[in-house]
Amino acid sequence: MAESVQLHELAIPEVNVSDALRHSAVVRVTHWITTISFLALLLSGIAILLAHPRLYWGETGAREGPSLIDLPLPFVLDVPIRGPGRYLHFLSAWVCVLTGLFYLLYGFFSRHFRKNLLPSKDDFSWRVISPHLRLTRPKPEEALKYNGVQRLAYIAVVFVLFPLMIWTGLGMSPAVTSVFPWLATTFGGQQSARTIHFFVTIVLVIFVLVHIIMVFRAGFIARVRAMITGRVAAAKEHS
Amino acid sequence: MSELLTRRRLITTGLAAAAGASGLAVAARLADRYSLIPPDHRGLFGAGETLTYAAHRILTAHHSLAREFERSQISKVIPVNGKHPEVESYQRLQAGGFADWRLTIDGLVARPSSFSLADLKRFPVHSQITHQACEEGWSFIAEWTGARLSDVLNVVGVQPQAKWVFFFTIDQWWDSLDIPDALHPQTFLAYGMNGQEMPLDHGAPVRLKVARQLGYKSLKYLSRITVTDTMKNIGDGLGSGSPSTGYSWYAGI
Repeated sequence: MAESVQLHELAIPEVNVSDALRHSAVVRVTHWITTISFLALLLSGIAILLAHPRLYWGETGAREGPSLIDLPLPFVLDVPIRGPGRYLHFLSAWVCVLTGLFYLLYGFFSRHFRKNLLPSKDDFSWRVISPHLRLTRPKPEEALKYNGVQRLAYIAVVFVLFPLMIWTGLGMSPAVTSVFPWLATTFGGQQSARTIHFFVTIVLVIFVLVHIIMVFRAGFIARVRAMITGRVAAAKEHS
Repeated sequence: MSELLTRRRLITTGLAAAAGASGLAVAARLADRYSLIPPDHRGLFGAGETLTYAAHRILTAHHSLAREFERSQISKVIPVNGKHPEVESYQRLQAGGFADWRLTIDGLVARPSSFSLADLKRFPVHSQITHQACEEGWSFIAEWTGARLSDVLNVVGVQPQAKWVFFFTIDQWWDSLDIPDALHPQTFLAYGMNGQEMPLDHGAPVRLKVARQLGYKSLKYLSRITVTDTMKNIGDGLGSGSPSTGYSWYAGI
């Protein structure tokens, strides 16, 4: 009896789909390490920001002078930054950067970027794009490859937003800018780098939120399972 | 075939792990030999600190200079972070115009010495217009005038086995620099700021100025310098009072 049910299930074409390896091991492992280190960077970054929640433009800025933006947050000095906030930020930055470098090398040499992230012309017809922009539920067969909007979003995160975070982070370092002054001067100064560091964080947080919403709409369990085990299991999503 | 693959994978994984472990051991020995390990290297967070410190030491090995600015870029308002000490010994020095103030230098030096403010001013006078940022996020640009620490250390004669230079202040704080930062041309014993004597709240009579690190490394109200080859027996052994408050020993970030 049980055997026949299994056989019956095996006969469904989608079972082939469920056997397909959706995400390679490198993509899955780096995805989750990045997730954890991003969360740690975000939390410790908030702790560091609370020590001085004012943003400036140019080289300098202090409480006694004018600001670009006064964030509606309290100045909290003693609790967060004197706890593990600062140490955690730099540890998780190293984890994130080294993981990112490994992912970049893999992406180029395995042709992951060219095959899976580089969009084609067809990805950008209105018929294809408009449902994505309205955040409509993706069709099951779309679980097999990234759509055009997804591809562009991931390319922006990998090749623009994360490099900008690293750049503006290093632009705040008095030691690193002694070797590469342009890390700070390109943006107009150390405080500008700090301000951009903050706003790119906001963009990344919005990306993560939309990403999580889309994963929910596409079938949370199946998609998260795919990112853990690498298998799609689209058949289950049907029912 | 799959069995072959798994066995092959097992062997490669094993080899990679062995290579990784021995690579780590070699890296640790090299890092120690070339002084790439900071005092707060222990624990999980110590890994991040060690990577930062080692990377910076390699990156700045050619004695890179912190960015300098035009006089017109000097901040109009200079933030004050904490008032000068209220202890009686400081008030007495202040009342006498710091004529009785002395900076003693001892430890691994050929000629332990004591310098007055006038003594320090006889060294070649240097100035820098540099950025000083606080770990908290605020910053300012000022002109600092003083003697190069390297000039003073050359006079007392640092012994070859020296690894660290410790600084102690009138208000009971302490911190330390490695030899590359101690001998860096922008590391000053600063007695002037923006063309005036060092203001009281900015560290009078003499403060340290370390241009390639965050502001908390530039100790105010200096009283003593000790050259050592070990951090043990000084404070909690972490080279500075800062790590116990969540600020790392190395502040080049």
